[in-house]
Amino acid sequence: MSLTTLLSTVGPGWVAFLSPELASRMQFGWTISVHIIFASLSIGLAPFIIYFTWKDVRTSEQRYARLRSFWVKVFAAGFVMGTVTGIPMSFQFGTNFPQFAEVAGELIGGPLAFEAKMAFFLEAVFLGVLLYGRDRVGDRTYLISSVLVGFGAWLSGFWILIVNAWMQTPRGYEMVTRNGVEIAKLTDPFAAFLTPRMPWMYVHMMNASVISVSLLVAGVSAYIIWKKPDTDVWNTALKLAVVLLIVSAPLQAVHGDAYGRHVEDTQPQKFAAMEAHYETGQADLHLLAFPRSLEALTDPRAENLITVSLPAIGSFLASGGDFEAEVIGLNEYEENPPVALVFWSFRFMVGLGFLFIGLALWGGYLTYRGRLSDSTRYLRTMIAASPLGYAALLTGWYVTEIGRQPWVIQGELRTNEVVSSTLTGTEATLTLVGFVVVYVGLMLTALYVLKWLVREELQALGVRESSEGRWHGPIPGVSDDD
Amino acid sequence: MTDLLLPVDAYLVEWLPEIWFGAVLFALGMYVILDGFDFGIGILYATRTDEHERETLLAAFGPVWDANEVWIVAFGTMLLAAFPRVYSRLLADNYLLAIGFVLALVFRGVGPELREQRDDEWWKRYADYAFVGGSVFAPLLFGMLAGRWLFGEATLPVVLTGIGLVAVSIATGAAFLAAKTEPGLASELHAYGIGATLAYLGGVVVLLGVVVLTDAGGAADTVLSLPVAAVVVLSVTVGLGGSVLARHGQYRAWLASALMLPTLLTILVAVLLYPTIYPPTGLLVREAIVSPLALNLVTVLGFPVLLLVLWYFKFLYGVFSGPIEGEGYRG
Repeated sequence: MSLTTLLSTVGPGWVAFLSPELASRMQFGWTISVHIIFASLSIGLAPFIIYFTWKDVRTSEQRYARLRSFWVKVFAAGFVMGTVTGIPMSFQFGTNFPQFAEVAGELIGGPLAFEAKMAFFLEAVFLGVLLYGRDRVGDRTYLISSVLVGFGAWLSGFWILIVNAWMQTPRGYEMVTRNGVEIAKLTDPFAAFLTPRMPWMYVHMMNASVISVSLLVAGVSAYIIWKKPDTDVWNTALKLAVVLLIVSAPLQAVHGDAYGRHVEDTQPQKFAAMEAHYETGQADLHLLAFPRSLEALTDPRAENLITVSLPAIGSFLASGGDFEAEVIGLNEYEENPPVALVFWSFRFMVGLGFLFIGLALWGGYLTYRGRLSDSTRYLRTMIAASPLGYAALLTGWYVTEIGRQPWVIQGELRTNEVVSSTLTGTEATLTLVGFVVVYVGLMLTALYVLKWLVREELQALGVRESSEGRWHGPIPGVSDDD
Repeated sequence: MTDLLLPVDAYLVEWLPEIWFGAVLFALGMYVILDGFDFGIGILYATRTDEHERETLLAAFGPVWDANEVWIVAFGTMLLAAFPRVYSRLLADNYLLAIGFVLALVFRGVGPELREQRDDEWWKRYADYAFVGGSVFAPLLFGMLAGRWLFGEATLPVVLTGIGLVAVSIATGAAFLAAKTEPGLASELHAYGIGATLAYLGGVVVLLGVVVLTDAGGAADTVLSLPVAAVVVLSVTVGLGGSVLARHGQYRAWLASALMLPTLLTILVAVLLYPTIYPPTGLLVREAIVSPLALNLVTVLGFPVLLLVLWYFKFLYGVFSGPIEGEGYRG
């Protein structure tokens, strides 16, 4: 479907509303983008909180109680935002894509209900204990509560990705007609829930969350250390974040490489879009590519690219070692995803992934030399890098989701077939605007909450605030070189 | 699929579709009861101007509301898992109500979270607007959504259902607070609770009267049946009895009776629906249910977990039982 048919002009003359399909897709894409940031914050913070709580309970050292208290507050704010952005999502399958809910209900309903019952309740109930119950329950119960909250967050991801993995590589069902509608009937739960994609997605997503949060914790710690150099508390947090980054960042690259081959096997169209590979045959690897005209930016078949490429490396990566391997090109398909978006999102994600490995190695070297908290250059870099994990995570998600288009269930059901037939362009556009405004407010709020928590912490550490509202720490005892 | 332990072509027990109809309404009832008193607290919050009292109200629901709210997700996903067609039709047919409801929940959810972040009057005022506004509109719109489910497009019954849910939320919120706060505040709140209870009971009677007169949603005959009469009589008895208990300062007993009102309301919804599950389409429970294998699976995996969840709630409310200590949203 071309952009002009997606954009309909049903407004009162001076205003053009989007088509229900485009507005619904943008709305879902937008709400999941915001939700995913908060959901992965919970997943990534879980190991930090469990570790700090465990050390607090075991050693009774003040610094662990302090770190736990700080990061549990961030977790709680993120959880509230995750909940309030997650509830609309659980409704959007019905409000915007009812045919998808109806066709796939037997396959997706179970896992989504299990997510609510097994994971979401666990997280919410024991978060109440973790936040308010330090003086009301014993040490052991308190520690168990932190583990259950973390377990809930990781289990939640498990059930959600079962649903998404099924949409990528659907199995375990047959199409039957019921009440006059063709629906997917569950025939094999093991096949449907444990799809080939599931383990790939789960490892990649959980690890991406750990990377993102490690960068965030490292950035916040670096900022506080930068302001107040001699703080043991935050040196501990920075070191832990760097250690987690050293483990998680290289793992993501190794895993991502193998994951790419799996995508080539199971969703060749998506793989071809990731590489902007049009002609079936030997594939080059495009390091850089630009459309020849601006129009091509919005053209779903943006094939007129000027490229800087490594010959045959695409085949090598796709096959796991064969430079001659044949890779299926986009020209084999009648309809393709918006190639430019998928192609660039993929490059952005991979580029950031290598940057994170560099940051991890640099941090490892400084730790080895015992100068992690002393290098102003590293501290400043980590402050700047703190949001980048989320940028990589979101662009990775766009590769996965936009790369699957035009299918909502790969090879079975198209996205344009599942949009509500009763939804008008006006309703869909206005609610899209509502979601954009409200969710921008939510994200700004989350950032302010983090800022205030950091300010509170700096105050507690005795860093003064000048009349201009800027922070001035004591004379920094750090060197300018590393 | 040959070697499954579960029967593939038949429901585990003959009544499994009906059991799931009950389970979905159970989740709905838990939501209306538990988040209901949260909404009530949010609405009553507007009547308090004293900072200490406001902090006390926030502390009353702080540890539990996250968990309470999950019941709406449980309800939605259980409806999707068991009756996907009802889920998709209900939400698609009532798009703006559903989106309005979830946006109200967003405001209600972030209001208290924002409030505690800054000690500045302007900031707190706007955070409070979000909290109170969300607390009024969430039950109003959710009630209207339920009204559309029951009565289709009949405007007056739909609006009355929404207002009824707001009233019953205020009644349970007042009773919950009275049972957990000091006598001074409790005695001020019980007047609101009694007023809301009477308004709710009056509203239910008017609503059912309108339904009988207009046959909204084709429910006139059902309303005149014995089960509905029993629910109405019980509601009136419990409501009036609770009001007397409130006047005499028996706040714990009042809370117990107040929580019966949303319970009975959910039973009323079940009676009005069954054996159809979505009157506007005339779909019966047994027509809308998923196939045996899918339902057996969510039963075997889901029901034990549901029991575990109820145990979690018992534990959570146990940890935070007794009068509110200290103040502040974050304890």
